[in-house]
Parts: sequence; structure tokens; C-alpha cells
Amino acid sequence: MLYVPGNHPGMIRDAHIYGSDAIMFDLEDSVSIKEKDAARQLVYHSLKTIDYGCTEVVVRVNGLNTPYGGADFEAMVRAKPDAIRLPKTETPEDVKEADALISRIEEQIGMVQGTIKLMAAVESALGVINAYGIATASKRLIGIAIGAEDFVTDLKTSRSAEGIELLTARSQILFAARAAGIDALDTVFSDVNDEEGFAREVRLIKQMGFDGKSIVNPRQIEIVHKLFAPSEEEVRKSVRIIEAIGEAEEKGSGVISLDGRMIDKPIVERARRVLELNDAVKNSYILAR
Amino acid sequence: MKIHQAGIAGTLESSDITIHIEENEGKGIEIQLKSTVLNQFGNQIRHVIQETLQELGITDVLVRATDKGALDCTIRARLLTAVSRATHSSCFPWEVK
Repeated sequence: MLYVPGNHPGMIRDAHIYGSDAIMFDLEDSVSIKEKDAARQLVYHSLKTIDYGCTEVVVRVNGLNTPYGGADFEAMVRAKPDAIRLPKTETPEDVKEADALISRIEEQIGMVQGTIKLMAAVESALGVINAYGIATASKRLIGIAIGAEDFVTDLKTSRSAEGIELLTARSQILFAARAAGIDALDTVFSDVNDEEGFAREVRLIKQMGFDGKSIVNPRQIEIVHKLFAPSEEEVRKSVRIIEAIGEAEEKGSGVISLDGRMIDKPIVERARRVLELNDAVKNSYILAR
Repeated sequence: MKIHQAGIAGTLESSDITIHIEENEGKGIEIQLKSTVLNQFGNQIRHVIQETLQELGITDVLVRATDKGALDCTIRARLLTAVSRATHSSCFPWEVK
């Protein structure tokens, strides 16, 4: 998911051409207080005009506890992105409040209830402790993300290359997402020139089980796709597993073996995920070219 | 809607437009436009500004715009922000489509 500052017309216009799976227009931290009104208008009119194709479009609004959040929601629900990202989510009530507001606006403008999805960014110790409650607070919620910069400030520490300060938070958010059946998204890596450090972090969060990574520069897209993409061998093996399970189901056989190894439900699920990831990465490459 | 105070929005960055509006009582809509693409798109930029002002019911205003290749949606957004700032209205009724 590529972050795009909400008050830069050129970046907003070109955001989808680089091939990220999702773009997130930011009305929050990347917009100065005196430009909040301008960014809201700009993102609203851009979303009404520009066709972003298959790229998922998300808008990060200001929190409802700020003077800007209410107006952001009023405009953005009408602009109809795929999802609205709630910043600094600390309690399930934060999500429920946003859900109720979106429902009220959807009803007011005759939009089908549930059209606008929600994502919640957790950026504090309290938010991490409440992660499962947050992840299950609304049917609109499609993902939960960690925002590391605010989180480490709240923890009274700073980010390290190893990321030890984020380990518990990442795990907790991942568990909450999996238990709730929604996506888990990792935080940004701000030093765009440190490609090796970025790749190391992507490997780590992929191995932990995250569904994706937030990024701040198009240069980071290819690294994420490359590291998240299954190898050819993994794809071949997964295709054989799915074919084998298909044949077994046709024959009415419950348990099968492939190359002398028993294939059970978790293996089939992993094979399906490999093929889904492979499709997603291939689609992104097609869009970017 | 009457414009009695000045309002400004936008930047001089590429793909953006700076729009400055001020009172022009009794003199209609006057647009002073500078653009990097004036020959190709000058008429279109003026048209978007005129159309947006008409939708807002603004009949008398001086608009000074410096365009750096903005899309129509950017021109519209910056003009609405400038008007909003000049009139101290917090937001406009969002169009419903």
C-alpha cells in the first residue's frame, strides 16, 4: 500500500501507475494543519475524476477526536474510495463511532449500506492491547495495521534496524487480524535509500504472516512484490496439490498423498494462498507495464 | 455568494495551480491567467473556473491564477478552497452522484 500525501496533485494523479496493490491518500500526518481543507477538497475531486483502475483506493482521514475528522468523513464517503483508514485507533469504540458515522452518511446519500470499508491503524500501547476488540468492532473492517512511528514514541523508544521494539505489537496485531479473519498490514520503512534494511524488514514481516507492507516511495514496490512473490517451485508444487485434491474430491477420497507425503487441509490452504499471492503479484506487474 | 475578502489556495508545484480571489463588486467575473500550457489549455482552464464560480452563485470576483499544468479536478478543488477561505465557510455541500 503506497502512501500518497493528500495535498500533492501530481502525486495523486500518478499514484496508481507504479503498480502497487493499493494506494492510500493521506489527509492526516502528511498534511499541515493550515492545508487540511485544501487536501480534503483535492482528494475528493480527484477521486471523483481519476480512474484508478484495479488499484485499491484508501483514504487516511483525520481522527474523529480532531477538528478535521468529521468533515473528512463527510467528504470521503461521498468520494467513494474502497476504504477509509482510521488513524490512531485505541479502542473498539473508535471503530464503532466511525462505522456509525459512515452508515449515517451512506443512508443520507442513498449509498448501499456497507459500501465503504474500514481499516484501523493501531499506533499506541493501548491500541495494541485492544487489538482484538478493534479488529472485531465492525463488519466494515477489512484490515488492521500498525503505525510504528507514533507507536515507538508512545513506548518511549525509537525504531531500530532489528525492530525488536515492534515485535510484540506486530505479533498482537497479527493475532488479532487472524482471529478476526481480516488482513494485517505492516508499517512503513521511511529510509527509502536503505534498500537492504527495507528488504530485511519485508522478509521478517512476511515470515511473521503479514498480508502486506505500507510503503512511502514507488521504489519500494518492486522489493515487496519480489519478496512476497512465491518461487516458481512453490507455485508448481501448489498447482500439483490443488490438482491432486481436486481429483481426490472427485473420487470421494478424503485423504490423499503426493510424492509420498500426506496432503491435509492446512497444506491445501497454504497452496491456495501461494496461488492467490502469485496471481496478485502477476496482476500488479501487468498493471505497472 | 459574495466575495468581500481575499482567499488563496494551491501551490506553484508542477501539476498544481495557485488561485487568488478577491472582491470585484459590480465588475463581473474577471480572470487573470498565467499558465505553462496557456496556448493549449487556457480556454479550458478559464471554462473550469467560470463553471465552478457559476455553480457557487458567484457573479463578481477577480481571479488571479498561476497554473503549472493542473488537471480540471485540481483547478476546481483549489478554487473551492480559495472561496471557502475567503468566505470563512467551513465546507460546501458535497455533490452527490
